[in-house]
Amino acid sequence: MRLPIYMDHAATTPCDPRVVEAMLPYFTEDFGNPGSRNHAFGWKAEEAADNARQQVATLLGADRKEIVFTSGATESNNIAIKGAAYMYANAPAGSTKRGHIISSPIEHKAVLDPVKRLEKEGFDVTLIDPPQDGVITRQMVEDAMRDDTILVSLMWANNEIGTINEIPEIGKLCHERKVLFHTDATQWVGKMPVDVVADAVDLLSLSGHKMYGPKGIGALYVRRRRPRVRLHALTDGGGQERNFRSGTLNVPGIVGLGKACEIAGAEMDADRERLLALRKKLEDRVAKELDVVQINGHLDKRLPHLTNISFGFVEGEGLMMACKDIAMSSGSACTSASLEPSYVLKGLGVGDELAHSSLRLSFGKWTTEEEVDYATSHIIEGVKKLRELSPLYDMHNEGIDITKIEWAAH
Amino acid sequence: MAYSEKVIDHYDNPRNVGNFGTQKDVKSRTDIGVGLVGAPECGDVMQLQIKVDEENGIIQDARFKCFGCGSAIASSSLATEWLKGRTIDEGLAIRNTEIVEELSLPPVKIHCSVLAEDAIKAAIKDYKEKRASS
Repeated sequence: MRLPIYMDHAATTPCDPRVVEAMLPYFTEDFGNPGSRNHAFGWKAEEAADNARQQVATLLGADRKEIVFTSGATESNNIAIKGAAYMYANAPAGSTKRGHIISSPIEHKAVLDPVKRLEKEGFDVTLIDPPQDGVITRQMVEDAMRDDTILVSLMWANNEIGTINEIPEIGKLCHERKVLFHTDATQWVGKMPVDVVADAVDLLSLSGHKMYGPKGIGALYVRRRRPRVRLHALTDGGGQERNFRSGTLNVPGIVGLGKACEIAGAEMDADRERLLALRKKLEDRVAKELDVVQINGHLDKRLPHLTNISFGFVEGEGLMMACKDIAMSSGSACTSASLEPSYVLKGLGVGDELAHSSLRLSFGKWTTEEEVDYATSHIIEGVKKLRELSPLYDMHNEGIDITKIEWAAH
Repeated sequence: MAYSEKVIDHYDNPRNVGNFGTQKDVKSRTDIGVGLVGAPECGDVMQLQIKVDEENGIIQDARFKCFGCGSAIASSSLATEWLKGRTIDEGLAIRNTEIVEELSLPPVKIHCSVLAEDAIKAAIKDYKEKRASS
């Protein structure tokens, strides 16, 4: 077993060597611009991009004409949300009541911030308050809908806790109400099955580097039939990607994303079963050997390869320091530049203290049982060591309710 | 960002961990001062206890417990080392900037040193108050 161990696949994944191999010729020999319509270099590049477009479409159950290549999920989200809002606005720029948008406060910032910008620009926004289990249901969306709702944007699976929103039910509701449905599926695609038709999705964002593809490439699925989705372009220029996204195509990245999608389609079912068993092993052992631990988010409706656990009375960054050989992430304030604990965990009402005490582990296709066992042992040891140091654990054991103490916030 | 060697050393081998008794036990002891600063929802809590020679005001021993990141643990561990053997007035003179310098804390971790200084002040204040009321 090689150290350090990587258990942060929700942040990014290593590139599959088969993906890198597929990309290499497009840096050197086949470097053409697909926009060059009059020579062999351009044709070759165009053919490669078309082939990749088909690979992405196949994984999603889409038509290849519905795939727009972008620089990643952040750009896909921006194009989908702002592009749809501007296209379907009820009133022109500069006015209010331009239309109603539904999202949730535990979305990724790449969704939340575009939505907040639109709010400043005269759109009305409802952020559905998630329940403590983190799952947004069709009923919650239905309750938030208004006559002037134009867009619903809800992630498929959450990046911090892995919880899965009620899709396809939410998409079906949107179609009944003739409202566009966008989903940020960054954590979902390549790990879980997608059928954009059956799942009633109109716009879907995905990212290459979360699924063993390269960084700097992503895609946006834009539905062409029932309904035909139109978008206001955010980038003006050469009119590439059916005018949705101008700019010379990143051909090596596109080829890599295509290959990653092809591999995912073939291998994800087996990976999923294996990783679910490993996660169960980790969670069972943690629950057996430690007291006051809590798994954050719905216990069943969550991604199989990810777990987010709060270890009471232990601070997350301190715990990560005890597990130097394991790469993972924490909702602790100390790990963020803002010194604020995870807004996702806070949004669930987990409480700031448990947010500070959380660890997120996300497995990948090359995660082994030996690595999971090693990580489990070190985390348990680390928690025990830090509880020896923790004044809060002492108080807990003395029967003092720490929520009743008047702490001086600083 | 990487931790300094001194932070790692204090984290791996924290000095003077513990206390001189439970919260209840030390409450009635006039030779012991307790400082409890920070807040769980802010992600760091420090508990510092000092044992003072009531004849000469010299801090004989110090113990800490800390809920927090590596820098917070190192700051409080260092504080206990520095307090031992000093008079309470010398203890009050310890500044957070000295802790920052000793541990090479980056700007984002300065609040850990501030908390350690607060813990020192709180423990000494507690000791003085107990003596005054006894």
